[in-house]
Amino acid sequence: MARVLPKKDVVIMGLGWTGSILGEQLTAAGLNVVAIERGPWRDTATDFNVGYMQDELRFAIRKDLFLSPAVEAMTMRNNASQTALPMRDYGSFLPGNGVGGAGVHWNGTTWRFWEYDFRIKSHITERYGAAKLKNLMLQDWGPSWAEIEPHFDKFEYLCGTSGKAGNLKGQIQPGGNIFESPRAREYPNPAMRMPYASTLFAEKMTELGLHPFPMPSSNLSRSYINPLGVRMGECSYCGFCERFACANYSKASAQVTILPVLMRRPNFELRTECEVLKVNLTQDGKMARSVTYIDKNGVETEQPGDLVILCGYGLMNVRMMLLSKIGPQYDPVSGKGTVGRNYCYQTSAGARLLFEDKHFNPFIGAGSLGQVVDDFQGDAFDHSKLDFVGGAGISCSVTNGRPISNRPTAPGTPRWGAKWKQATKDGYGNAMGFGSQGSSYPVRENYLDLDPTYKDRHGRPLLRITFDFPDNDVAMSHYLSDQLEKMVKPFNAKYTGVGRLKKGWDSVPYQSTHNTGGAIMGLDPSTSAVNKYLQSWDVPNVFVLGASAFAHNAGMNPTGTVGALAFWAAEAITTKYIKSPGALVHA
Amino acid sequence: MRKFLLAAAFSLVSSAGHAADIEAGKYQAVLGDCRGCHGKDLSGGVALMTPFGKLVTPNITPDKETGIGNYSAEDFRQAMKAGIAPGSKLLYPAMPYPSYARMPDSDIAALWDYMKTVKPVKKPVDVNQLHFPFNLRFMMRGWNILFFSPAPHADTAGKSAAWNRGAYLVNGPGHCAACHTAKNLFGADKGSALTGASLQGWFAPDLTGDRQAGLGAWSANDIVEYLGTGRNAHSIASGPMAEAVENSTAQMTAGDLNAIAVYLKDLPASRGNGGGATGVEAQLRSGRSLYDINCAACHGRDGKGSVLFPALAGNANVRQVRADTVVRMVLAGGQAVATPKAPTGPGMPSLGWKLSNEQAADILTYVRNNWGNSAPAVSAETVGRIRSELHSGS
Repeated sequence: MARVLPKKDVVIMGLGWTGSILGEQLTAAGLNVVAIERGPWRDTATDFNVGYMQDELRFAIRKDLFLSPAVEAMTMRNNASQTALPMRDYGSFLPGNGVGGAGVHWNGTTWRFWEYDFRIKSHITERYGAAKLKNLMLQDWGPSWAEIEPHFDKFEYLCGTSGKAGNLKGQIQPGGNIFESPRAREYPNPAMRMPYASTLFAEKMTELGLHPFPMPSSNLSRSYINPLGVRMGECSYCGFCERFACANYSKASAQVTILPVLMRRPNFELRTECEVLKVNLTQDGKMARSVTYIDKNGVETEQPGDLVILCGYGLMNVRMMLLSKIGPQYDPVSGKGTVGRNYCYQTSAGARLLFEDKHFNPFIGAGSLGQVVDDFQGDAFDHSKLDFVGGAGISCSVTNGRPISNRPTAPGTPRWGAKWKQATKDGYGNAMGFGSQGSSYPVRENYLDLDPTYKDRHGRPLLRITFDFPDNDVAMSHYLSDQLEKMVKPFNAKYTGVGRLKKGWDSVPYQSTHNTGGAIMGLDPSTSAVNKYLQSWDVPNVFVLGASAFAHNAGMNPTGTVGALAFWAAEAITTKYIKSPGALVHA
Repeated sequence: MRKFLLAAAFSLVSSAGHAADIEAGKYQAVLGDCRGCHGKDLSGGVALMTPFGKLVTPNITPDKETGIGNYSAEDFRQAMKAGIAPGSKLLYPAMPYPSYARMPDSDIAALWDYMKTVKPVKKPVDVNQLHFPFNLRFMMRGWNILFFSPAPHADTAGKSAAWNRGAYLVNGPGHCAACHTAKNLFGADKGSALTGASLQGWFAPDLTGDRQAGLGAWSANDIVEYLGTGRNAHSIASGPMAEAVENSTAQMTAGDLNAIAVYLKDLPASRGNGGGATGVEAQLRSGRSLYDINCAACHGRDGKGSVLFPALAGNANVRQVRADTVVRMVLAGGQAVATPKAPTGPGMPSLGWKLSNEQAADILTYVRNNWGNSAPAVSAETVGRIRSELHSGS
């Protein structure tokens, strides 16, 4: 029998980006908040020490900061005819672990999804007719651009995002992304200084008539004090960003932007190394009353709360809903049910170029440092004569020149020995690349549910991912590879190679940690798990944050939109829910 | 019924008056930085390493068995101002009663009202772990005769009200001299006040008007910002000062901080730090390249730091006559104070594992003699001594 603690106003599961934003906003509104975090406490000064953070073997290869499958694994299969097997190691994507979550090791790329992403079904129907949607389960998310734009702004100013606006209140700005949706004001910091490869890319793209602009980066081009009074350092371009924590207080994370303030609040409490086992509902299943968690000593505790907010990684939020019976499981056969629906990923392809006489100095890098063209992003280009919808951003970023994983060689080079050594020496300063990061649109057969066979260390079923790249997205990606073929030509590199996506998602090689959907927001309780405020349709004192709410994935990194939705949901709780607890939307 | 209501109303008034006393007393605890030595919950147990051995601070919560719950107001006043605990027990002057003796009795009484409201903690503390013969308390009688001349604070004519308030705070409850004034063989203040002193492996900097080692180059606003937030454009508090800022100065009123600044800015310059290093060109060359590799990413090649990381150019800690504090920071690292107004509290990494004594000495000699800094060279021997002190845990 678990011990039962006194009730809190709010119980948050997971203290990453969304948990920290909600924790800060709700404690500021006077609520008593407890955050329950499975992993350890982590702090820049003590855990991300600049003296040893640049350890590629420990952090990038042995994945020291990531979730271990022994703690929580997932099973995967490409389609319902297969039997899913557990991923024995995280490969294709890397969930985070501990305070800060995946926001510790992210790259810092901070996009805003576009205005029409939030009304994608309406937009495509208006522009091309309903037939264009084919079998895609695209649907409108709920909030209008006017509603959501201020929250993107809040997240960017929290992070100190460095970039160049391309559209200020409808006025196109030279040098920025002319395709972006209108923003109310400039980025809080100017764009990062560009490395040579990205500068060269921008020159060639301009010659091709495209519109390059600096990638919006929360790696910080200069020192910054955010609206909470938290101070951040200027990026040193050390090239240890993705898979690493920032030792320099330069890459925005919960640690760097929020926790110094939140941890001081007397109405906030954090319990680390405590894993939420389930959300307990009232007997009629209509309200959450508490969460049960287990601490590192194996002691089970029940924490009652008036409001439960799931702030885990998106996939874990979906699993927690299924384990706790918050909303009906989606069934791909009948199309009914909402939880697990519209799982999406990312659809990418890359181009590599190898020269003989360049000095790209790849060691001058940062997680989010580069030039991008969005001419083939989303619906920035006319799809009326194309057999797909969606698109991709194409970026040339220089993330690192680290010695273990950065060994570019020409095709035909031996894999070991003296010739390999010489080739890696030649290739190190002579290689550059750019890639398309493409949209991922929902189809009926891609979904999440609980695995019927495999269980975790507490005896709970694992999450099962059923996913393959939909035909629409493969067609999109091949079209983007065609564009990449055209783009590599003017570089006159000695060797070029352009990748082409194949069907049959493989969970082993790293691809992207941008898993989205499964607890999607929407306007209709029969096709979405949460309403436009990220409140469960079924259990209204549960809110579900994170990329699990995305009804589809755009060709962009998700964190900016995750952050905006967190501020958006927090505002709904503090201005609407507190005054009148209950369903905020009546369908 | 009516009588009862009246009584209730009366008791409300009186408890409101009492609450104001407690608030005033709580502020005295801030000014006196009680928590700096006696811990956040005032239950003591904090070890103070003195040249005479280890003193552990006592439990001063109102617990009757292990704290000061049996004290009377007069007992408390005697301890605070005369250094005498009940039973004629003589306190060691690590308890800054020579400074507290300047406090008016009314403030001591308010502090006592507050102390009685603190949550009692049952925690026995073995206070006296000094070496023989210093562990013999009666010896303090002689010390008091020699060095203790209690006198209430008296305003200095011709100085402003702010200056006089600052003088009172610095020399009275704030007991700044406890760390910032050098001590003689007997642990009593010696020489010029507030010209800097070594303690517990740190060097508490010169607070006088000297432009190199002191605060001569700081404005009064710089001092207010530093004490109120833990940082300013020149420096950032860490080590023992981080605790003083967190527990005391960051909670002081703007008026009191300004008074301290006015007083400190009027202190005459000390004799300085002995001047810049000479004849150390090789050390400076080596130090420059090591600095660029190991330090410049945060502190800047221009030594100017940022809104987050402290400047080294013009940083008084860097320019003290003794380099103990900065040697310690380089070898062992440290964490800056975090306050509500500057909540980040950045960390300085430990570099001792990758720098030899020579390399650390070269970096520090370079830093102490660049961007307008001018201070004596640091030798590898000094670094070696501090490294071994850090290893032995002192």
